[in-house]
Amino acid sequence: MTEFKRPEEALYAFRRRVVVAVLFVVICFGLLASRFYYLQVVQHDYYHARAEGNRVAVLPVVPGRGEIYDRHGEVLARNYSVYTLEINPVRVRNLDATIEALSRIVTIEERDRRRFRRLVLETKYFDSVPIRTHLTDEEVARIAARLYQFPGVEVQARQYRDYPAGPSTAHVVGYIGRINERDIQRIEERGETANYRGSEYIGKSGLESSYESALHGTTGIEQVEINAGGRAVRLMSRTPSIPGSHLELTLDMGLQRAAEAALGNRRGAVVAIEPATGGVLALVSTPSFDPNLFIDGISVADWRALSDSPDHPLLNRALYSAYPPGSTFKPFMALAGLESGRRTLEQRFNNQGVFTYVGHRFVDRKSNCQSNVDLHRTLVYSCNTYYYQLGNEMGIDAIADFMRQFGFGQRSGIDVPGEATGVLPSPAWKRNRFSSREHQQWYGGETISVSIGQGYNAYTPLQMANALAALVNGGALYRPHLVRHIVDAVTGEMRPVETEPVTRIPLRQRHLDAVMAAMVEVNVRGTAARVFKDAGYASGGKTGTAQVFSLRGQRYVEGQVAERLRDHSWFIGFAPAENPTIALAVLVENGGFGSQSAAPVARQVMDYHVLGKPIEAPAEEIDERLAAELEQ
Amino acid sequence: MSEFRFHPLALIRAGLRPLDPFLLLVLAGLLGYGYALMTSASPERLPSLQVHLMVGLATMWLVSLVPPKRLLSLAVPLYLIGVVLLLGVFFFGETSKGAKRWLDIGVARIQPSELMKIAVPLMLAWYFQQREGMIRFGSFIVAIVLLAIPLGLIVIQPDLGTSLLVGAAGLYVIFFAGLSWKLIVPVVMVGAIGIGAIVGFGDMLCQPEVDWQVLREYQKQRVCTLLDPTQDPLGKGFHIIQSTIAIGSGGLWGKGWLDGTQTHLAFIPERHTDFIFSVLAEEFGLVGALALLGGYLLLILRGFLIAAQAPTLASRLLAGAITMIIFTYAFVNMGMVSGILPVVGVPLPFVSYGGTALVTLCVGLGILMSIERSRVAAKE
Repeated sequence: MTEFKRPEEALYAFRRRVVVAVLFVVICFGLLASRFYYLQVVQHDYYHARAEGNRVAVLPVVPGRGEIYDRHGEVLARNYSVYTLEINPVRVRNLDATIEALSRIVTIEERDRRRFRRLVLETKYFDSVPIRTHLTDEEVARIAARLYQFPGVEVQARQYRDYPAGPSTAHVVGYIGRINERDIQRIEERGETANYRGSEYIGKSGLESSYESALHGTTGIEQVEINAGGRAVRLMSRTPSIPGSHLELTLDMGLQRAAEAALGNRRGAVVAIEPATGGVLALVSTPSFDPNLFIDGISVADWRALSDSPDHPLLNRALYSAYPPGSTFKPFMALAGLESGRRTLEQRFNNQGVFTYVGHRFVDRKSNCQSNVDLHRTLVYSCNTYYYQLGNEMGIDAIADFMRQFGFGQRSGIDVPGEATGVLPSPAWKRNRFSSREHQQWYGGETISVSIGQGYNAYTPLQMANALAALVNGGALYRPHLVRHIVDAVTGEMRPVETEPVTRIPLRQRHLDAVMAAMVEVNVRGTAARVFKDAGYASGGKTGTAQVFSLRGQRYVEGQVAERLRDHSWFIGFAPAENPTIALAVLVENGGFGSQSAAPVARQVMDYHVLGKPIEAPAEEIDERLAAELEQ
Repeated sequence: MSEFRFHPLALIRAGLRPLDPFLLLVLAGLLGYGYALMTSASPERLPSLQVHLMVGLATMWLVSLVPPKRLLSLAVPLYLIGVVLLLGVFFFGETSKGAKRWLDIGVARIQPSELMKIAVPLMLAWYFQQREGMIRFGSFIVAIVLLAIPLGLIVIQPDLGTSLLVGAAGLYVIFFAGLSWKLIVPVVMVGAIGIGAIVGFGDMLCQPEVDWQVLREYQKQRVCTLLDPTQDPLGKGFHIIQSTIAIGSGGLWGKGWLDGTQTHLAFIPERHTDFIFSVLAEEFGLVGALALLGGYLLLILRGFLIAAQAPTLASRLLAGAITMIIFTYAFVNMGMVSGILPVVGVPLPFVSYGGTALVTLCVGLGILMSIERSRVAAKE
């Protein structure tokens, strides 16, 4: 290797390298110079033509967004065209003066100016920005006549989005909104920057967000000739855009509205699933909000009203509110007992009033639960002690393993975003959840509350409905879904969205039949008998009550506290009893006992589904004392 | 003591003495050119450009006051700080647009890779100075490791533009330190064959299912866009098509200052930063472009003269490497805008808008001036 004895030698070697470097620099610059010569002298005419004579702009042609329909074709999301007055900020020298002059022709409110300023900051090259939207025909006529005075100002027909069902589908369909920085980043990561050049809106929530790529379509390209003022004067070539696909939902808007009406102004959720397909028939969360407010950026006042409301209308309770299921857990526990061989259908127990565990006495005073109790009776009358004993015998791991098969404590994978996992309690879960050793320890007493659906158990209405659907269809667990077909907007081709169950839970039909028969009896002479009296059809159900322990840091408001301390009311049910076509879960927050408020809501929803009976008023709660008598 | 008298004029003269008049003159020309272009491309940025210029020139002056010895004594600490900060980016960095480049240190967000453009050549020059008279094969291995550590951390961010500049800076020092031609020639050959292969088989390699292993997806796209910009006219190819039109339509004399249609109809994206050369070529034509090349050439020749005459090994290596970095900035940027190199985020030195790059480059010039001053001082 090079090794220089004398410093001068090293210096000369260095200088030789400098000469080489200079040569390299000169060659590279020579390369650049010849490239410039080639472009600017040899090819000048070609590029001159492209830039000067034919200023060609490559413009995106934004595709029409796909529409969304319910299962009977009712439109839930559609596009409509309106005229907007737009300014291209790059081509207008004095924006303020131009806006001032325009405001003498059409009304431009302070709100419009604010939005315009905001949009100018967010917009890309070329794009003109609306200063007024929803122009009337008269306004269009007035402005069109004077447009020549305003270079860089134009009237355009733009597509807007509309959700005709408004709050009824806000938690399902979601909404679109203007593309923001975060969306741009996501688009870049998906490698779709080119396809969104020109797009202004993107799905922000619900199906609009989860099916964004299907709904959006493919952007086309238009090459136009632009004159010196920057206006397109001639179309040179055009690759048309391909409109986005439509979505046909499994949702039944009639049922959706029935469930919404039945809940009335209470806080709660209804999820109804078609057991044979996993298709969601209704998914309601109340209170709701108007998605149309969000499309062009929600106003500060509207946003405040929604986000500060103690009722949290933006929260999708059907997917996100996880509560202990209370006694609606018992049908699943009963199955667990039968499948594990710990219980048989024929076994009868006496002296069921008290269960003692390490000195603790768990008491059940219901007269129907005292003696000669079999599994059927424990479901009909919701007897607790039977399940205390069963849970204690099975142990928490066996319970968790069995329940996991039904999707409890896991995201179901439904095709709208924002699902909560819930909690399927087990010693392993507790170790992960808590950090201190004493909290990580699993106590036998906790197994006992878990076995009647209290304690750490927390499931969403969606999980309850989907688990019930699997129970009534013979054990097929589906990924619940709202979209039935993705419909190609050009060819009309219908692409079905998955029809196969995710898993088939191995269960004996004899056991399923027994549990379902007991649930039918619940609605005939059990805890929900009063609510389902004279229904005119046979149905199955189970009431449940989730104990509320504390207000969990919510603000103390006089007069509201009593209501917020009431237990949450649950009901799960199916109809008709033979070959059910609907499996549903109803949650009414602070609704008290299951039979008190959730069951009446379920009755109305089932009445609509089975009999087509319209709903005139929100479901009436039954008297608390009557409900207490049945359930305690 | 009694003889001490305060001469403000003499003080100013002494303070300004390190500033090399030749470099200063060429720099003034380049900065003035940049200012004129900014007036056309993005006049609303002129006020902040003025601030950048002031900060840049002040930095250059301050650095030129520090003797080379003192600068070299900072080599190790600067290098170590840089590596620690890069590790910080790796573990706690902020992700923006798919890359992790920024570090939030409470008071501000910093981009440590920028520091490395100076710290790496400084460190390597310092190292070779320590080995003076005993430079063997092993010394080059050590030097390459010293370069590879920060370079690796920048490559994985990923930041192609900065990796290129930092890697080049280190390799220039190693080259000037006398790495054998027997090693340089094969590496250059492999590189040339590689580039030749990519150009020759571009169509095949650019199929979406081909995975390039060493390069990230977005880097592959940039190379493929260069090979055929029309493939993606709305996406990445848009930049190259439009800047080529701007340059070509400029012709021999250009369309005149403030009259570039491509520029003023907003056809050129990033026209104030990486693509400012297309504004220049459109408005001032081939003559303007060659004038810029000439300016850079003068700057580079002066830099090499300083290097060739520098009194110590370290200052020679440092001066040579800094000069080559300025060349690399200029060549990569103009090559990319005119469509002979892929789109790499490298600004046009002293002309593109951007305070950080300007300050880095001014530090480089300051070091050159300090080295030249030390030679003159040694003679005196």
